[in-house]
Formats: sequence, structure tokens, C-alpha cells
Amino acid sequence: MVSKMKITKSKAYKTFTNPIWGNNPVSIQMLGICSALAVTVQLKTAVVMSLSLALVVAFSSMIISLLRKHIPRDIRILVELAIIATLVIVADEFLRAFFYDISKQLSVFVGLIITNCIVMGRAEAFALSNPPHLAFVDGLGNGAGYGSVLVTVAFIRELLGSGKLFGFRVIPESLYAAGYEDMGFMLLAPAAFIIIGLLVWLQKSLARD
Amino acid sequence: MNDLINIFLNSVFVGNILLAYFLGMCSFVAVSKNIDTAIGLGFAVVFVLTVTTPVNWLIYHYLLAPGALAWAGLPDMDLSYLKLITFIVVIATMVQVIEMLIDRFSSALYAALGVFLPLIAVNCAILGAALFMVERDYNFVESTVYGFGSGVGWMLAIVSMAAIRIKLRYANTPKGLEGYGITMIVTGLMAMAFMLFSGITL
Repeated sequence: MVSKMKITKSKAYKTFTNPIWGNNPVSIQMLGICSALAVTVQLKTAVVMSLSLALVVAFSSMIISLLRKHIPRDIRILVELAIIATLVIVADEFLRAFFYDISKQLSVFVGLIITNCIVMGRAEAFALSNPPHLAFVDGLGNGAGYGSVLVTVAFIRELLGSGKLFGFRVIPESLYAAGYEDMGFMLLAPAAFIIIGLLVWLQKSLARD
Repeated sequence: MNDLINIFLNSVFVGNILLAYFLGMCSFVAVSKNIDTAIGLGFAVVFVLTVTTPVNWLIYHYLLAPGALAWAGLPDMDLSYLKLITFIVVIATMVQVIEMLIDRFSSALYAALGVFLPLIAVNCAILGAALFMVERDYNFVESTVYGFGSGVGWMLAIVSMAAIRIKLRYANTPKGLEGYGITMIVTGLMAMAFMLFSGITL
């Protein structure tokens, strides 16, 4: 019990949990929505995308934080971009080598992690002024916050749109026989915008109480 | 010629880079509050996309693609894994160069676009267009048209959004939904409207 108290009060714990709910990068700070919507037709791609982003943010934050005293201020954006791009290439090549199908489905969106505002935002706002271990935890936390929104949206879209979760059918055949139909609309782009809008509404209403 | 017109129409309407592929959302939400800045940023995006997409095409096809280095006597070289880092550097550099050129030759244009150009280097629409151009195997002319069309589509979306948000100020939105939430829902409705153009071919 005592040790648990300590963990929840430590700075690292707060750095990790803050971005998951109270200061969520996607639904509160409006960062990184670009890719958040495109990969949420299926849970599988959403999970893979969240994991890649979380690892890229965590490691890029850590590396930038390690180098923060050596990077000249004038060219820091360029240095940060180079570090992030290298990590994204590693993630992209890894997916291509071991999960080729998913990598095909994610198409250009893994590459677009480079311009994802979350990565640059955390590098600029946090990693440049904090020690490496905190920067790493902060990156993981932001990745988890991003992932939680992605997985929620993907859950709703895949369940209502194709009656499946992770590719397995969850809505029983008997329901279809009784006249239930999948909402094809959920698989289209506009649905993603509307679901995010409603989620933001839900979270803001809950957060106020 | 018909092919080119099709690519253009498709990138402006059905395959709109913002409404169908969600690229450039960050600046879209942040800048659509004001119609003048939206128009300025829109023109800057059209400009940068039209210039960077063909430049990236040249670099990809003469330096990076598998076998592209045959002219240098290295037919087995495949540098395509470097495309992400090369494209982002090319885009950042091009944005700098364009900014300097505009500053030198047209102070009126610089006054209008200058503030927005640095923002654009990290706009995912620019990198996205370059990557889509590689994935869809466009040739040089096609990718130029595609870059221009995507820019026009993005501008169309952000300017209409800015116009809608001006009206939204007088609407009685529920608490918690105003601002970000309602913007996303309106964008969804706009995306639906744009999808109606699907099936139009020449």
C-alpha cells in the first residue's frame, strides 16, 4: 500500500497519466488527428498504429532529451526532424518485414508519423527541458493517450460498420437473420469525423464534473 | 488529357486530401477560425504542393527508386527506404527557398503568405501527397497535376470551413461541443457532401 502511494505521487506517474485523460493529445489538445482518423476502420490497424506511434514518441523524446544540451537552438527543428524520421523509418521497415499485410493497409500513414504534431509537440514542449527518463515516460503517456482515442474510434467503427472486432464476427448470425444490417456509413471517412466530435463532447462533459 | 482531368477532379473532390484522407487536419482545425488567414494558408498550401510534389518525383525516380541509380552505374541500388527522410528534408528546404524567393521578388505576396510558409513544412498534407504520388505510381505530369489538385482541394475545404465557422458563432451549440467538437462534426458533414461527387468521370 505504502509503495503504491509513492508510485501514484511520483512525477513520472503524473507525467504518464496526465496525457491519457486530462490532457489527451487528440481529444483535448487537437494534435495528431491527421492519422488518428484514417487508420480506424479496423481495430487491428488502429492498435498497430498506436503502438508504432507510442514507441516513436517515447524514443524520439528520450533521444532528443539526451542531446538537448548539445543541439544548437537555431537548427533544433531540423535535428528533431532527422531523429524522428530515422525512428519512423525503423518502425516502417520493421512492419514491412514482419507484418506485411498490416503495413500495406496502413499505407502512407506510418510514414506520416513524422509530421504528426504529437511527436514534434512533445519534443519541443517537453523533451527539450526535461531529463531523458521523464521524457521517455511522457512520450509513452502521450502515445497511450493517442492510442486510447484511436482504439475507441476503431472499436465503434468496426463493430457497427462490419459487425466484427479484430476481424472476428461478434454480432451473431441470428441477428442478421432477424433483419439487422451493418452500417456501411461507419466505414466511410465522414463517420470518423463525427465519432471524434461526439467523443470530444463526451469527454468535455465528463471532465467538467 | 482526360486522365489528367480525372486525376485533378478526383484529388479536389472525391479523394480530397483532407476530407477523405484526413491529412492536414491540425492546421485545418487551428486556422479555420478566420476566413482571411484560411485563404492565405490555402494559397500557400496550393503553391507549396504544386512545387514540392514534382520535385520529390524527380528525386524519387532518379535517386531513390529501385534501380534508379542505373545512370550512375549502380543498377542494383535500392534506396527507397530513405524516401521518408529525403521527402521531409526536401519539403523543409523547398519551403525555405520559396520563402526567400517570394521575399526577394514580391513583397506583396510575401506579406500575404510569409507567416504561413514555415507552418507548412510540418503540414502532413504535403508529405502525404508526396507519399501517395509514389504509392500510386504517377508519372511526372500526373504528379504535378495531383499536387496542384490536392492543394486546391485542401484550400476549398479550409475556406468553406472558415465560412461555416463564422456562421456557427451565432448558433446555440451545447456546452462542451462548441469549438473543437462541432468543428469535427461539421467536417464530417462536409466530407459526406464531397463524397457525392464520386462516380463522376470524364
